[in-house]
Amino acid sequence: MSKIDLVLRELHRSENSLARTLLLMADRHRAEHEVFHVARDIAGWSQEHVERIVACAERRGLHISRSASAGAPAVVERVVQRASTAVTSRPETGLLLLADLRRLHRKAAGVSLDWEVLAQAAQAMKERDVFELASSCHPQTLRQMRWANAQLKVHAPQVIAS
Amino acid sequence: MRVDATSAGPSGTSGSDRIARPWGDRTPYGPGDEWPARTDVFLADGIGADDVERWVRTASVLHSNGDAMDIAVAGGRIVGVRGRAEDRVNRGRLGPKDLYGWQANNSPDRLRRPLVREGGRLVETDWDTAMARVVSRTRELLDARGPSAIGFYTSGQLFLEEYYTLAAIGHGAIGTNHMDGNTRLCTASAAAALKETFACDGQPGSYTDVDHADVIALFGHNAAETQSVLWSRILDRLAGPQPPRIVCVDPRGTPVAQAARSGGVHLAPLPGTNVALMNALLHQIIANDWVDQEYVDAHTVGYAELRDRVAQCPPEWAAQVCRVPAEDIRAAARVLGTAERLLSTVLQGVYQSHQASAAAVQVNNLHLIQGMLGRPGCGILQMNGQPTAQNTRECGADGDMSGFRNWSNGAHVTDLARHWNLDPFQIPHMSPPTHAMQIFRNVEQGTIALLWVSGTNPAVSLPELPRIRSVLARPFLVVQDIFLTETAELADVVLPAATWGEKTGCFTNVDRTVHLSDKAVEPPGEARPDLDIFLDFARRMDFRDRGGLPFPQWHDAESAFDAWAASTETRPCDYTGLSHARLRAAPSGIQWPCNAEHPDGTERLYGDGRFFSHPDECESYGRDLVTGAPLDLTEYRALNPDAKAILKAAEYLPPHEPIVDEYPFALITGRTLYHFHTRTKTGRTPQLQAAAPDVWVECSRADAARLGLDEGDLAEVSTARGSIRARARIGGIRDGVLFVPFHYGYWDTTDDAHDRAANELTPTDWDPVSKQPLFKTAAARITRVSPATGPAPAPTTAASYPVTAGVPPTAGATAETRGARR
Repeated sequence: MSKIDLVLRELHRSENSLARTLLLMADRHRAEHEVFHVARDIAGWSQEHVERIVACAERRGLHISRSASAGAPAVVERVVQRASTAVTSRPETGLLLLADLRRLHRKAAGVSLDWEVLAQAAQAMKERDVFELASSCHPQTLRQMRWANAQLKVHAPQVIAS
Repeated sequence: MRVDATSAGPSGTSGSDRIARPWGDRTPYGPGDEWPARTDVFLADGIGADDVERWVRTASVLHSNGDAMDIAVAGGRIVGVRGRAEDRVNRGRLGPKDLYGWQANNSPDRLRRPLVREGGRLVETDWDTAMARVVSRTRELLDARGPSAIGFYTSGQLFLEEYYTLAAIGHGAIGTNHMDGNTRLCTASAAAALKETFACDGQPGSYTDVDHADVIALFGHNAAETQSVLWSRILDRLAGPQPPRIVCVDPRGTPVAQAARSGGVHLAPLPGTNVALMNALLHQIIANDWVDQEYVDAHTVGYAELRDRVAQCPPEWAAQVCRVPAEDIRAAARVLGTAERLLSTVLQGVYQSHQASAAAVQVNNLHLIQGMLGRPGCGILQMNGQPTAQNTRECGADGDMSGFRNWSNGAHVTDLARHWNLDPFQIPHMSPPTHAMQIFRNVEQGTIALLWVSGTNPAVSLPELPRIRSVLARPFLVVQDIFLTETAELADVVLPAATWGEKTGCFTNVDRTVHLSDKAVEPPGEARPDLDIFLDFARRMDFRDRGGLPFPQWHDAESAFDAWAASTETRPCDYTGLSHARLRAAPSGIQWPCNAEHPDGTERLYGDGRFFSHPDECESYGRDLVTGAPLDLTEYRALNPDAKAILKAAEYLPPHEPIVDEYPFALITGRTLYHFHTRTKTGRTPQLQAAAPDVWVECSRADAARLGLDEGDLAEVSTARGSIRARARIGGIRDGVLFVPFHYGYWDTTDDAHDRAANELTPTDWDPVSKQPLFKTAAARITRVSPATGPAPAPTTAASYPVTAGVPPTAGATAETRGARR
């Protein structure tokens, strides 16, 4: 396996994980309605990236299983979700939200760096298909990161001050 | 009762029943002509023109059009109104709410004394007792928890001076960033769309663009009911030589849609798909090269990205998403793309729907890529829902910073602090100000412990009412209003306010026209102007500026206006050429910017293609149209927008609440011509109440046939949030969509059931960019409960017209109801 294929594999893993983090985050913070809806909207970007990575890999003769599943949360996660809606009026959920946003930002930053690595390598190796993949997906990863940062800025003052 | 219409021409008077004929007689005119004047008058029964002692200058507060009028006073009471023929906005015309709505001022159930909660009940008290409770709770919270424990939720119906004062007290003296207006529900996306495209709020167009346009496009804007006098103006163009063509985007068969069907195009997309439709229209404009490339190159940035985005959105694709024929999309694009003078207006069908700001921005793009801006007939009107919403935005009582300043620009904060003579650090600007829905979330979590509501009724007007009722039970709730609303009933302290006609101040309409509204009569009982209440609170709190003077430094409406005007110097909304005296001396309203350079105001913005988008000047660096995340200065600079407009592309996302088997309809809510908001005033106006007395639900003929539903049947409408019961109107709405008017709450119901307000059904979801709640994108089901006893209580005159026979037409009040409450 070429090293660029290793990077593709790593991106496939990290985008899957990012999608899952976003969906889980939505479920944990249902009562934070904007977090809930936007996290689900932009989880769709990562899910689409996963599809495109698989397709790109296949064109290179590399088989990556789609099934690292970026789909619906598992049973245990649903319990978390129910717990989160049960405490909608407790201020403590605010700290949990800040922690989750911080984790999300770090995870998206990791994916962003993976795209950076892939784009650089693809340019060096004149791999146009891979380069175009990175160029079209990476901006959305940056937007996911910025969203986590922006939400953190919005929520932190009230959570910490109160 | 007397309704007159005296035309400037020889045609004389018109029919008098303005309930039956909301837009009055036609006064046709042609392109480039001045709209003929016609003076509409309504005086109370038994009052003739000779009985009127004084006429007092004002403008309408029951919609956003800003119809200028005079209040007739006799015996210390308001006895009628007359349109101001010399005014640029309405040229003397008045709509039904203007003509009749003033009667609510005289309603016997006005709040006359403050109320405080004692042993679970609201009891009358004096001002000292009521204000002492507000002040001591505020002090306790400031000491124990700081300013973030205090929130303000205001209105789109107070006056400019009151908003500026509230902003100064909240943002300046207290230092909380929890301040918003109910304008969040009506006009936030208009402001957001202007900020995204032009980097600053400020309406580009003018109502006189109607006089010149050859195509008028109304996007989700049922002007016939929301701004009836503006619609009269359009109807007069349609009745004259060389009438404009109309493009209407609306899922209902509104009067606008009916006008579009002759010579124009009506598109009735599924709710929640506006971005898909707009992208397809832009696709066609670009594919057919109806683009003014010279204008695009000279005055905009971002064209390549927009072109690439909409290239993926052909009409056939949008036809699938929006469920409208691709051929109709092509036809509409042709009308829009071949216009010589295009006027577009946008309202709640866009602002309260999924991807609100992203869709509204595409209307701006439609104009920019064709270079259709800042010339007669080439205008954009991103509309407002409320009469003074513009001032909530300008003055900073809605989360914006006073004077369209930029929260992310430290120099702007310092500049405002200089005007207020406060330490800039006192003005919170660590994050964007808290929008209404987040304020209520903070109240729900208990981190906001005092909520002061002025001039609005969230217990009926916010989405997902079962939740909102439980939220409003949590804080120390102060409600300042003119009637005991559903919200006031939940309050700890109720402060009785004076209203329009009982106090002096200014307000500004959609097209930047500033009107003075003078005091005509005394308020009832001990009711006081909102301005006086805010200033009284400030004095009791003993707020001081840096020089030790009482803050705010002003003491009445005129001095508040002067302080405001001074603070707008060099800002786009420049009021420095205006004062109460200047407005009183002028023939009628004046458009801002009004300054030494433009002493008579400014008809259109951006005629020179230069925008307030320089990074040092702009109000906003913009936001991501999907995530709503704000851009920072570096990202904004990278766009290189200096004095250029920004073309922002948006991808279509499916609505958050999909239509499913259990809830197979898309539900939208909205207003009727005869009511305003939660009917606190219009429900107490006999003619208006009789015209639309109770809630209804609109359903298409085909859907009704499938469900076995007949006109007037009692139906239950349900969503995942709750259910209501309403009579069915089989009407001109598209298949698969239900409409419920949002006006009907519980103050005039006879039982304790919560089964009438449209917002029992709506979801808690908002546009991430503008934070405007989405009242027009829910999944619902409808079931028949019991057969009809008569037709549905829906007006027949406008969008809720019946398609079945045998429904009597809506007409003026009967002898019994007429004037019954006077």
